[in-house]
Amino acid sequence: MLGRLTIEALPLYSAVAMGGALITVFGTLAVMAVITWFKAWGYLFREWFTSVDHKKIGIMYVTLALIMLLRGFVDAIMMRTQQAIAVNSEGYLPPDHFDQIFSSHGTIMIFFMAMPFLTGLINIIVPQQIGARDVAFPYMNSMSLWLTAAGAALVMVSLVIGKFSTAGWTAYPPYSGIEYSPYVGVDYWIWAVLISGIGSTLTGINFIVTILKKRAPGMFLMRMPLFTWTALCTAILMAFAFPAITVVATMLELDRVAGMHFFTNGDGGNMMMFANLLWIWGHPEVYILILPAFGIYSSVVTTFSSKRLFGYTSLVWATCAIAILSFTVWLHHFFTMGSSANVNAFFGITTMIIAVPTGVKVFDWLFTMYRGRIRFHVSMMYTIAFIVTFVIGGMTGVLLALPPADYLMHNSTFLVAHFHNMLIPGALFGYFAALNLWFPKAMGFKLDEKWGKRSFWCWVIGFYLAFMPLYLLGFMGMPRRMEHYDTAAWQPWLIVAFVGAVLILFGLAFLIVQIAVSFRNRAALRDWTGDPWHGRTLEWAIASPPPPYNFAVLPKVEGLDAFHMMKDAGTAYQRPARYEDIPMPKNSLFGMAIGAFAFVLGFAAVWHMWWLVAASAILCAVIVIIRASSDNTEYVMTAAEVEAIENQRFEDLAKAPPPDLEHIPVGVPGAPIPGTSS
Amino acid sequence: MSDTTAATPAGAEAAHDAERYAEKDFGFWIYLMTDAVIFALLFATYIVLSRGTAGGPTGSDLFSLPHTFGETMLLLVSSTTFGMASLAARAGNRGGVLAWLAITAVLGLAFVGMEIQEFAGMIAKGAGPDRSGFLSGFFTLVGTHGVHVSVGLISIVVMMGQIATKGLTVPVLSRLMRLALFWHFLDIVWIGIFSVVYLPGVL
Amino acid sequence: MVTQPRASKLFAIAAVCGLAAVTAGCGGDAIPIANPKGPVGLAERDILFRAFLIMLVVIIPVFAMAFWFAWRYRATNKQARYEPDWMSNRIDAVAWIVPTLIVIALAYHVWTSTHALDPYKPLESAGKPLEVQVVAQDWKWLFIYPEQGIATVNEIAFPSGAPLTLRITSDTVMNALIIPALGGQIYAMAGMQTQLNLLADEPGTFVGRNTQYSGDGFADQHFTAKALSEADFEAWVAAAKQAGDTLDATAYAALAKPSSKHPVTYYSSVEPELFVSIIEKYDHGLMTHGAMAAE
Repeated sequence: MLGRLTIEALPLYSAVAMGGALITVFGTLAVMAVITWFKAWGYLFREWFTSVDHKKIGIMYVTLALIMLLRGFVDAIMMRTQQAIAVNSEGYLPPDHFDQIFSSHGTIMIFFMAMPFLTGLINIIVPQQIGARDVAFPYMNSMSLWLTAAGAALVMVSLVIGKFSTAGWTAYPPYSGIEYSPYVGVDYWIWAVLISGIGSTLTGINFIVTILKKRAPGMFLMRMPLFTWTALCTAILMAFAFPAITVVATMLELDRVAGMHFFTNGDGGNMMMFANLLWIWGHPEVYILILPAFGIYSSVVTTFSSKRLFGYTSLVWATCAIAILSFTVWLHHFFTMGSSANVNAFFGITTMIIAVPTGVKVFDWLFTMYRGRIRFHVSMMYTIAFIVTFVIGGMTGVLLALPPADYLMHNSTFLVAHFHNMLIPGALFGYFAALNLWFPKAMGFKLDEKWGKRSFWCWVIGFYLAFMPLYLLGFMGMPRRMEHYDTAAWQPWLIVAFVGAVLILFGLAFLIVQIAVSFRNRAALRDWTGDPWHGRTLEWAIASPPPPYNFAVLPKVEGLDAFHMMKDAGTAYQRPARYEDIPMPKNSLFGMAIGAFAFVLGFAAVWHMWWLVAASAILCAVIVIIRASSDNTEYVMTAAEVEAIENQRFEDLAKAPPPDLEHIPVGVPGAPIPGTSS
Repeated sequence: MSDTTAATPAGAEAAHDAERYAEKDFGFWIYLMTDAVIFALLFATYIVLSRGTAGGPTGSDLFSLPHTFGETMLLLVSSTTFGMASLAARAGNRGGVLAWLAITAVLGLAFVGMEIQEFAGMIAKGAGPDRSGFLSGFFTLVGTHGVHVSVGLISIVVMMGQIATKGLTVPVLSRLMRLALFWHFLDIVWIGIFSVVYLPGVL
Repeated sequence: MVTQPRASKLFAIAAVCGLAAVTAGCGGDAIPIANPKGPVGLAERDILFRAFLIMLVVIIPVFAMAFWFAWRYRATNKQARYEPDWMSNRIDAVAWIVPTLIVIALAYHVWTSTHALDPYKPLESAGKPLEVQVVAQDWKWLFIYPEQGIATVNEIAFPSGAPLTLRITSDTVMNALIIPALGGQIYAMAGMQTQLNLLADEPGTFVGRNTQYSGDGFADQHFTAKALSEADFEAWVAAAKQAGDTLDATAYAALAKPSSKHPVTYYSSVEPELFVSIIEKYDHGLMTHGAMAAE
């Protein structure tokens, strides 16, 4: 009945693991108690969990990402602590626990922090930037969210019931095979990745269609904001790369439960096939994470330099080139597998070619700042820190793309430093910049800048302290994933890295304080205009937060930086002659129900409760069939309702404090633009 | 309120619906392409593993060309009958659509039956998916196609139910069109399986 | 091996100067990759440093521009020119051309160096080449000397100044073998054989490791690599032959069981074809990959 689930699945093997489990359980209970105390279940259920509004779905994605960021960071600082003390000793974590931590850290940060973060940002912003009222498939969007949440929940449950994988976030066989990892850990990894991966594929399809089919009149492709362009490329990569990890994880599971021989040592299996398939997904995945951040940096740098984007066309082509090239470089993740020199050299060169469009982007951002009027908002500070730090990571990436250099540095902490150098400044700083930039758009009030800057400095300095020593340790011959070591010369540098992690802990704490303080001061920080930073793109043309339909009247786009042009021409903030009825998608329980049963399915499969797997699969199918057969999914928001909301919007606009014209030489509500060149 | 409208409310609604269906068709095409990626990777894996027989049976020991030819014929004919269903739908012939879909479903069911028979025979001979890398690749590739056909069969039944209860409404016709795409897509994948798996395995 | 002596010296100086600044207090041997003890490691390191220097052509201007532009064009500085619609196709073109030129230069290096430093390529040297068969196990390394008829666990010795050819496989999960001071590394995979060719200039003792995570005993899976003079090597072989133990099928099965911190062990004789039988037991049927083809 319960498969292989017994009382021994509880983490009684280690006090530290037990502590983690208790924190998870009591944390969840505490949150549920608070919600119950405020009698908020009905509100959350009606307004959020069943919502198909892209903005609310996006906010839920980002919330999930921030929660998982905390969890992933706890893993990180536990590893740093262990390595700082475990010279000639066992430290405080046994290997079996340390291994779970580095595996869950990578899995969480990639699949359940970065993915939901960027998906949430794309959800909130892209429909607004292209002048659309919603995404193409709002119900599928809700389903994608809940599938991602189901995957994240599986990883969290593994803290309490059973163990997580010890095979690292890439789960290379044969180690991840049933012979060497017989317990449930790898199964948790597989099902978390499979379930959330399907959600990501669907998100990809959804945004390809949204961006290509739902643009406002006049929003030609070469007028799309750069963030929308990067979102389009990311969506294409999601749709076409995620099937690869679906395939490879399914094969690994078939090896494990059906005794197949895809990747086993003997019997005709081929473990090298796993590496190839995994990285056919894995390298595009890197760009899935980074491209949206490139779009964010482009938005920030043009907004806060009060200047049009330098080399827009170049940036668009560079984005597309990166997206295409990302499918041609996967073998550089295993130059050391013994391929011929021709093969290695070919993939080394394709890898380096990606450096060209990436370099172009860096120069274009720099020249956007040139002859601008730069305001040092938190998001702009993240952008400058990104440019400077990212080129270091890009350089070490080019070094690793030289196969002979990779023979030395592969699997070392140099590699760990390199990809953190790409993903923290390259992706995470971008997401933080987006959080500071678009928070008022999503929530209606700005984030506190003082705490934002404190958080920024801790993150940046902490990053350098935490990862620069790892480059050096790579030269000192330290492999990644060392639970303990006996080379005393490594320890000082690992202590420096630990101090960096502590600073990042403060960065994270200050980020939470920033959100809390801003929530407390939300009245003072209210964004009345919907355009707090004097933005250039369409999301700033509407209220903060936007009404459910975004645009009462679909905007007419005349060029790049559509809203900037409207302000320039004096056509922004105009009341239409009349409002029209707007058809809107109804809220729906389907997405959440599918997510819930997918979670049960995954959990049951991990523990081999096959009857429950079958039952939840059938329930998912029934839900899909019901949903696919229903015609009545929309309701109409009447013109009168729209008019009432819009009247409120114009009242709010009038409440806006006068802008600080001295420092912001761009269009402001109701005021003509000062001379466009001086 | 409704004095000078560029488009009548009904006209606006129709335009809104037409847009919706165009988006759904486009999205479905992209879904099919992602599914094509899955099959492409399964093909690649099968080709790589096809030599990993681990001393067990090879394709020429196991595959029967007449059997596979029968499966191929069933699927090809079912694609044609689905085409007839689409034509009947265009003509507004509700009974015709239901009849052709029923024939398609029977053919598809026969295909799945033959596949199950083939699989069962192989497993009985000790040539199950756990025998070798080659057979893991074979069962997974061909089985994934079979699962797709089965999903298609369920969808045909659901579709027939919709047509019977709702009639050939615009949303139903739109779904029928996408199901047809799916069914023809599986036909194309099967041609690939026939040429990559069975033909070289026997020759 | 591939670099001209003068260039090699130049980069060695650059390397030592650069790293000395950050590693004050650490001995050179603590940074084996920067202080290689053989031509392979040296050549690999030099490629790394040369590429680093080439890339400074981009890195330094980016740093300078990032800080200079940010300071110069701050909103409070009314002296700076403000041109909100400024665009220059010429600069845009330079932004494409400079990275392209650098990548072309680097691509040339990739192609030549990857071929020159193919780990399968036998090394040219005066000394008599030595071949050692290497088996990765949980969590230790077995070295078989087919010519000498001996085997060792967690210690490999070889004459300095003579080419060393390692033929590598795994009798467990995927491993990766590296001796950082000499260069490397390559995966060890069951049912397959990979190769690594190394050479030590001078006698010395180095650390070798598995770098591919392989389970609970991973952190202790390192071994000693001893480059010895010709005479010392002969003496080492003779001493190993005194050990008395024989590595036959039974002894091998016992050894292959997972164990951590396995002590250095010598076997005075080895069952013939043991290495081949370890590979063949994973009846693979996949002999075409580069890992085998390059044999």
